[in-house]
Amino acid sequence: MRSHIWRPLYVVIGIIFLALVIRGFVVPKSFGIHEKGYIYGWYNKADENFWKEVKVKYRSSEYCKDCHGNNLSLIKQTPHAVIQCENCHGPAIDHPENPAKLAIDKSREQCLRCHSYLPYPTSNRSKIKGIDPERHNSGVECIMCHNPHKPSLNSLRGLK
Amino acid sequence: MITRRDFIKYSMQGIAITAIPFTAMELLKPSGLLAAKDIKKIRWGFLVDTRKCVGCGMCVKACQLENEIPCDANVSRTWVERYVLLKDGRVLADSPKAARDGFISSSIEMGHGKYEDVKKEDIEKAFFVPKLCNQCENPPCVQVCPVGATYQTTDGVVLVDRKWCIGCGYCVMACPYGARFFHPVHHTAEKCNFCYHRITKGLKTACVQACPFGARLIGNINDPNDEVGRIIRTERVSVLKDEFGTKPQVYYLGLSKEVI
Ligand code: HEC
Ligand code: HEC
Ligand code: HEC
Ligand code: HEC
Repeated sequence: MRSHIWRPLYVVIGIIFLALVIRGFVVPKSFGIHEKGYIYGWYNKADENFWKEVKVKYRSSEYCKDCHGNNLSLIKQTPHAVIQCENCHGPAIDHPENPAKLAIDKSREQCLRCHSYLPYPTSNRSKIKGIDPERHNSGVECIMCHNPHKPSLNSLRGLK
Repeated sequence: MITRRDFIKYSMQGIAITAIPFTAMELLKPSGLLAAKDIKKIRWGFLVDTRKCVGCGMCVKACQLENEIPCDANVSRTWVERYVLLKDGRVLADSPKAARDGFISSSIEMGHGKYEDVKKEDIEKAFFVPKLCNQCENPPCVQVCPVGATYQTTDGVVLVDRKWCIGCGYCVMACPYGARFFHPVHHTAEKCNFCYHRITKGLKTACVQACPFGARLIGNINDPNDEVGRIIRTERVSVLKDEFGTKPQVYYLGLSKEVI
């Protein structure tokens, strides 16, 4: 055959070759077909470590025990024992090093997540004492009257 | 008689032709196809007890902070849906801001800034359904990824490679559960990964830990002593969109037929 037919073919082969060489450099060694086969397991194995090394931020109430033991033992005797400290105080991360202090969510909205009354008799929501946020002392922080660590109605704070 | 020019030409061609298959093999190498089967290993599974959920949204808040999903963006790895079934047969459902602030008001978001307030007398039943990625055994999102940026680990969790993702959005479209979205900061596909950094350290996922009522559980369902595995085997559980054949690994207790 004549060379003008072969020449474009060489160019194509050259491009493919170049692409494969570049691929050899760019694509990491850990990229390939792994245990789950071609359909589900064609990936860069090293990326699993990226996800494993993400920082843990929520440390659980157990973590607070050594330093805020009194808060923990107080809340443990109340129905609020089921709520993780960090749900109201935010993730501990490396507290007390970083951050030195945790936030204190005093908003009414925080309490209303569970306590605003919803007319759903078939849901467990109705098993929690509900109030109407518009009527129940609106405009004032709940914790002015209720102790979040000891919500019992027998131990309301100050004014009634 | 071979000239020097020809010699160089032919040897370059020879090298080129033999080199191609070496790198091309990388793409098609079938090794490992066999390995996936029948080895006794971890398979993470999730159990949602919708009967215990009160819609406080603590799980969503914890998830967003743990996994650095900006709270002001209207996307979330997990979310809680509220279903309100009326006596006239209508089904209302919403999930305002993925329920990260819980459900404080009884008026239901109808979309386009409209709300519908329902009266107590009109309600037949109402409940909350937490949702998250189902970590399907046959994940359609992984099948469609053209670049191998999303994958299934040996313990059954589907992960996204942020460095490899090109942001084409095929996976977002392919997921029948709407569990995927674009990360507002990284601009790559994002989804729940059962807090892979936590479960691989023996911790529970952020949402499981944050739930005050035990509505969410995670476990290794291949372990005969595992609580989640035991419930899945011995109790009446269901999954979402079973008919899609994706084999979801998030199981539900107390699901109602209205839930989609
Ligand atoms: C190693 C000890 C230690 C641990 C563990 C610890 N804290 Fe603290 N915490 C401190 C110290 C020290 C302060 C700073 C007190 C101050 O400056 O008044 C603090 C401050 C706080 C504050 C702010 C108090 C205020 O008056 O502003 C909160 C809320 C708090 N911690 C909650 C928690 C929670 C919730 C946990 C568990 C997730 C936790 N802490 C774990 C030592 C600890
Ligand atoms: C329902 C939400 C809620 C939960 C759960 C909760 N807190 Fe608090 N916490 C608050 C609020 C609100 C305040 C502010 C109280 C005030 O100013 O009267 C507070 C105050 C504090 C303070 C600072 C004042 C003090 O009492 O020393 C610490 C420390 C603290 N909490 C630790 C904890 C720990 C530890 C836990 C878990 C055992 C916990 N909290 C669980 C809501 C909560
Ligand atoms: C000005 C003080 C005050 C404030 C502020 C306040 N409460 Fe109360 N709350 C009371 C008193 C007093 C009672 C007991 C008498 C009653 O049932 O009204 C009570 C009762 C309750 C009960 C039990 C209702 C029942 O059915 O027995 C809940 C739940 C409650 N409050 C939650 C809240 C929440 C949530 C907030 C904030 C959104 C809040 N309260 C703000 C004073 C207050
Ligand atoms: C995660 C859900 C949740 C949150 C958030 C929450 N509570 Fe509660 N609370 C409960 C549960 C569950 C009970 C026990 C059931 C009941 O008596 O309602 C309870 C009980 C109470 C009671 C009644 C206690 C009694 O002895 O009758 C009061 C008052 C109360 N909480 C106030 C608050 C206040 C104030 C806040 C905000 C700082 C708050 N709660 C946040 C779940 C929650």
